[in-house]
Amino acid sequence: MKIAAEGLVLNAMDLILTLYSFMEEKMKIKGIAVLTCILGALFTINMAWAGNIVIKGSTTVLPIAQKVAEEYMKQNPGVKISISGGGSGNGMKALIDGSTDIADSSRFIKDKEVKMAVEKGIYPVPFAVAYDCIVPVVHPSNSIVNITMAQLKDIYMGKIKNWKEIGGPDRTVVVISRDTSSGTYEVWHKKVMNKERVFPGALLQASNGAVSQTVAKNKNAIGYIGLGYVDKDVKALSVNRIVGSETTTLNGTYPISRPLFMFTPGWPKGDVANFINFLIHPDKGQKYVAEAGYVPLY
Amino acid sequence: MKAEEHVIAVGKRGKSRQRTERRIRRLFFGVALASITILFLIALFLFVEGVPIFAEVSVTDFVFGEYWYPTDDPPAFGIFPLIIASLAVTAVSSLISIPLGVMTALYLAECASPRLREWVKPVVELLAALPSVVIGFFGMVIVAPFLQKIFDMPTGLNLFNASLMLAFMSIPTICSLSEDAIFSVPAELKEASLALGATHWETIWRVLVPASISGICTAVILGMSRAMGETMVVLMVAGGAAMIPGSLFDPVRPMPASIAAEMGEAPFHSDHYYALFATAMVLFLFTLAFNIIAEQISNRYRQVGAATL
Repeated sequence: MKIAAEGLVLNAMDLILTLYSFMEEKMKIKGIAVLTCILGALFTINMAWAGNIVIKGSTTVLPIAQKVAEEYMKQNPGVKISISGGGSGNGMKALIDGSTDIADSSRFIKDKEVKMAVEKGIYPVPFAVAYDCIVPVVHPSNSIVNITMAQLKDIYMGKIKNWKEIGGPDRTVVVISRDTSSGTYEVWHKKVMNKERVFPGALLQASNGAVSQTVAKNKNAIGYIGLGYVDKDVKALSVNRIVGSETTTLNGTYPISRPLFMFTPGWPKGDVANFINFLIHPDKGQKYVAEAGYVPLY
Repeated sequence: MKAEEHVIAVGKRGKSRQRTERRIRRLFFGVALASITILFLIALFLFVEGVPIFAEVSVTDFVFGEYWYPTDDPPAFGIFPLIIASLAVTAVSSLISIPLGVMTALYLAECASPRLREWVKPVVELLAALPSVVIGFFGMVIVAPFLQKIFDMPTGLNLFNASLMLAFMSIPTICSLSEDAIFSVPAELKEASLALGATHWETIWRVLVPASISGICTAVILGMSRAMGETMVVLMVAGGAAMIPGSLFDPVRPMPASIAAEMGEAPFHSDHYYALFATAMVLFLFTLAFNIIAEQISNRYRQVGAATL
C-alpha cells in the first residue's frame, strides 16, 4: 500500500518533469524521456476518466481511499472508482475545476479555495473520514524513547544539535522534515513548532515513505511520519510520555494528531453518497481505515 | 504528337508537380510551426504563472533572498540558496562527468578496437535510458548509507551524493556526443599527423582534440544543462535543506527539487504557486542560457573540412 502511494506521488512529479523536458533541449536522448512522460501523463488521464467515481488529492488519505474503494467495488461490482494522489492542494484544484467527485485532503479547505469554488458555483462539503496521528521517529539503534514537545521544537529549530543534549548517544542530530506545502508539515508546523520556522538545515523529503526510508538508513536521524507508516525499521518516540496510538488520538491526549477529510462538490448524490456512507460506517469503511494504519472515527 | 501539344503536356505535368511540391512544403512548415508554437506557449504559460509573485516580492528579494518559507505567515520567498544549490550540484557533477565522459569518448573513438567500440558505445548510451527515479533510488538506498559509513558524515544525502548521481546521468550525453565529434574529424588530419612522426598520444592531444573541440564543448554544456534541470535525482538524494552549503557534504535543495516537492500541495493561484512557477522561470533561463552557449560554440568553431584547422 505504501509503495502504491509512492508511485502516485512519482507520477505527479513525472508531469512536472514533462514540463521541463519540453523546455530543455530537444536531444535524441531527451526524446525518450519526453515520450515516457507523455505516455505516463496519458495513462494518468486515462485512469481518471475510466471510473464512475473519481477521487483525487492528499497522499495521506490515499491509502484509506484505496483500501475502502477496493472493498466497495467488490461489494458493488457495477461501480468503478478511480483514485489518484497529487496532494491536498491538487485535490482542491480538481474539486474547484470540477474534474473530481471527491477531493481527499489532509487539512481543512482554505478560505481562498472556498471563495474560488463558490465563484464557480461549487459548494464544497467536508466529511471527516479518519484521524491521523503524527509520530516522531528515530533509528532503532537510538537509545531515546521519550521526547518532550519543547525538545522537539528545539531540535527542529536547530538549537539542539547533538543527541547527548537530551540524554542520547554522542551523535549529531540529522533533522528530517517534510516539504513545506505538505499537510503533514502543516500539522507539525502548527502543533510542534507553534508556527516558528523549521531551521533551513533540516533535510527535506517529499513523502511519508521517503522520511521513513531515510530514518531507517541513518542512525543520526529524526523524522516525523503518519502512524500508518510506522514499521519495525524505525522507532516511534512517545511525546510528553504519551505513546501515539488510536486510543490516545481519539481521547485527545496525544498532542500531534489531526482529522482527515474528503470534500465533495455540493451534497453528494447517487454513487458518491453511497460510497461516503460506506466509508464512514463503523462496521464497513471504518474497519478498513484501521487496516490502512489510520485511526478510525469511532 | 505535335511538338506544341508535347510542350503543353509537359507544362501541365510540371504544374501539378510544382503544386504537390508546394503542398508538401506547406505541410512541413505547418508541422515545424506547430512544435515551435507548443514550445512557445509552454514558455509563455510559465511566465504568465510566474510573474504575479513579483507583485508580492521584488525581483532582487526573490533571487537574492536567503530564506525560503513559502507557507509561513508572513511567507519568505527567497530562492538564493536554491539557485546556489543548483549551480553547486551542476559544477561538482561536471567536475566528475567531464573528464570521465570526454576520456571515455577519446578511448572509444581512438583506442578501442572497432568490435569493442560497437559493444561499448551502445552500453554507454543505454545508461541514458535508465530512468532518473532508478538512479535516485540507487543513490538513496545504496550510495547514501555507504558514504555515511565510510566518511562518517551525519548524512549521506548531500551535495556530493547528488553530484555523483547527476554525473552518472550526464556522462552518456557527454560521451556519446563527444565521441561523434572526435570520430568525425577527417582521417587525413590524423594520417598527416602520424606521417609527420607524432605519436598516437600527440596526435590525439594536439590534433584530434583541437579539431573536435566545438563538438566536445557542445556535448559538455548539454550534459551540464541536463544535470541542472534534472529533478528526480536531486529530489531524492540532495537532502533538501534550503540553505547555502558550507561544505561538499552539506545537504542542499536545488530548484527542481523544491518545485517537484511543493507543487503538488501548493494551493492553486496562491503566492506559493506563483513563486514555484517563478522558480521554474529562473531554472528555464539558466538552461536556456546553457543551450544558447552550446549553440554559439558549435556555430562559431564549426569544423568545415580539414582546411580550417
